[in-house]
Amino acid sequence: MNRKWVVPTLYILFLMLPIYGLLSMSFKTTNEILGGFSFFPQQFTLANYIKIFTDPTWYNGYINSLIYVVINTLISVSVALPAAYAFSRYRFLGDKHLFFWLLTNRMAPPAVFALPFFQLYSAIELFDTHLAVALAHCLFNIPLAVWILEGFMSGIPKELDETAYLDGYSFPRFFVRIFIPTIAAGIGVTMFFCFMYSWVELLLAKTLTSVSAKPIAATMTRTASTSGYELGLLAAAGSLTIIPGAFVIYFVRNYIAKGFALGRV
Amino acid sequence: MAIELDNVSLRVGAETHIYETSLSLEPGQFNILLGTTLSGKTSLMRLMAGLEKPSSGRLLVNDQDVTGIPVQKRSVAMVYQAFINYPSFSVYDNIASPLRVAGLPRNEIDEKVRSFAELLKLTPMLDRLPNELSGGQQQRTALARALVKGAELVLLDEPLANLDYKLREELRDELPKMFADTGATVVYATSEPLEALMLGGYTATINEGRVIQFGQTSTIYRNPDSLTSARVFSDPPVNVASIDKRGGTAYLSDSVSWTVPARLAEMPDGSYTIGVRPHHLSPQGAGVEVSGEVQIAEISGSESIIRVIVEGNNWVSETHGIHSYEFGQSASFFFNSSRCLYFDVNEQLIETQG
Repeated sequence: MNRKWVVPTLYILFLMLPIYGLLSMSFKTTNEILGGFSFFPQQFTLANYIKIFTDPTWYNGYINSLIYVVINTLISVSVALPAAYAFSRYRFLGDKHLFFWLLTNRMAPPAVFALPFFQLYSAIELFDTHLAVALAHCLFNIPLAVWILEGFMSGIPKELDETAYLDGYSFPRFFVRIFIPTIAAGIGVTMFFCFMYSWVELLLAKTLTSVSAKPIAATMTRTASTSGYELGLLAAAGSLTIIPGAFVIYFVRNYIAKGFALGRV
Repeated sequence: MAIELDNVSLRVGAETHIYETSLSLEPGQFNILLGTTLSGKTSLMRLMAGLEKPSSGRLLVNDQDVTGIPVQKRSVAMVYQAFINYPSFSVYDNIASPLRVAGLPRNEIDEKVRSFAELLKLTPMLDRLPNELSGGQQQRTALARALVKGAELVLLDEPLANLDYKLREELRDELPKMFADTGATVVYATSEPLEALMLGGYTATINEGRVIQFGQTSTIYRNPDSLTSARVFSDPPVNVASIDKRGGTAYLSDSVSWTVPARLAEMPDGSYTIGVRPHHLSPQGAGVEVSGEVQIAEISGSESIIRVIVEGNNWVSETHGIHSYEFGQSASFFFNSSRCLYFDVNEQLIETQG
């Protein structure tokens, strides 16, 4: 008898359990959640979602988050592309050390950087802007992007570059017309990881904003408001934060394994 | 175009990849760089292409110094051992790319691409991506791109090494013909002496970063000017032994001796080296008889390759027909003493007369 399905099914079941818990809570009222555990919503309600989509303090959180995440992803990838190219193609003094130490910024917890960033951004009036968060996240995402892209670029033989030069391509033309399309998959994977790290990062985003660029993660993690506990609402907000990630994963699903296989993620 | 290396050398860090080399290639000539892996064939090609800047010396194209001129401004095309194509371009766009960069009109590009695709049997594949092609087709695409450009210098770096046997034979036939019409100076690197012989043209034997000898392929094969050149241009390796010349007689050992040919007779007595090509050493026939202990006999097609120890030297005999031997069996082999190569103490050839 074929029982190959057992283990994957259990795996997926356990994996989905917390997400199901969140989803089911989002369709309950706060009173029901506090009242006791039930597997299905007893009084099914869409009120939580309606509230999020109609109340600007809620939906602006999503918009703010998306804005700084997109800005960050674009900055990270466009800065990392030439850097990764240099690391993969040229030998220079201390290149290997520099490449490794790119990752040091990922070794410290973000909390370490929160205070200096806060002071700096307050001084140059970047505090509470989307750019502030986007730039702060570059601290983690640019090294990561360089690291991932370098892996993909090193998989492309150097002879490709030379063939292009022999064919008469100038460096910029080669880079844009030939090289970037060749590593498109790598760029996709890199963008995905930049997007995800920036999307889920809470501490810096929360510290560097107050009102006008407040991210959803900050809105979502306030447990109590003036109207008391709003657990149903928080669950609905949480469920919605999963959607962008799932959406991005769908586009890079075929390449993501390659990113992991390169050992760079 | 005529290309000349004038005392060119290449050092990378503390290592010398190419020692001072001078080499002059005539326009429209088919040239072969023959040497083992890491002998410096690729480095020489990269110097000719301008991909590598020489550490010393000059590179002259049609008597003009081009050292340091960027590759984009030179009329050079190169095909590598690994099939290099632009992965995101279709076969058509791959072939068209050098023409597009040069800014040719659209209809002219189309005409050229289609005619070269036809020549290289790529017409049905024009819309495919390189990754969807077989190795042979990928290399044909790379060749088409090198040809379409009409470059005056075409560098082929072991272009057939990664192809399977049948395709290699087929392309090896076609290659010199394709380039003969274009008038381009072709440089072809290979590590296989037999391939060099089949391609003809001119050959430079290369060993450890030095050009040993340059001239017509058949001349180089018949008259290698040094032992190194003979070693490079022989597969299986040339059989070498030292002999002692006393009077008019050469002694391989006390029991094996023969009358030396005229060219050696004029030389003073002393120690010399002989080189016997494997196919000149045969188990039957006449000439100098040597006996040896057979190590292994391999059969390759209708030929036998017999490895034998002769007077303490590892020798190989390549001979027609199938011969079987036991391990350790002693057997007699014969070679023609006037046809073998004689080298002096400096491993330089003692010239054949005429």
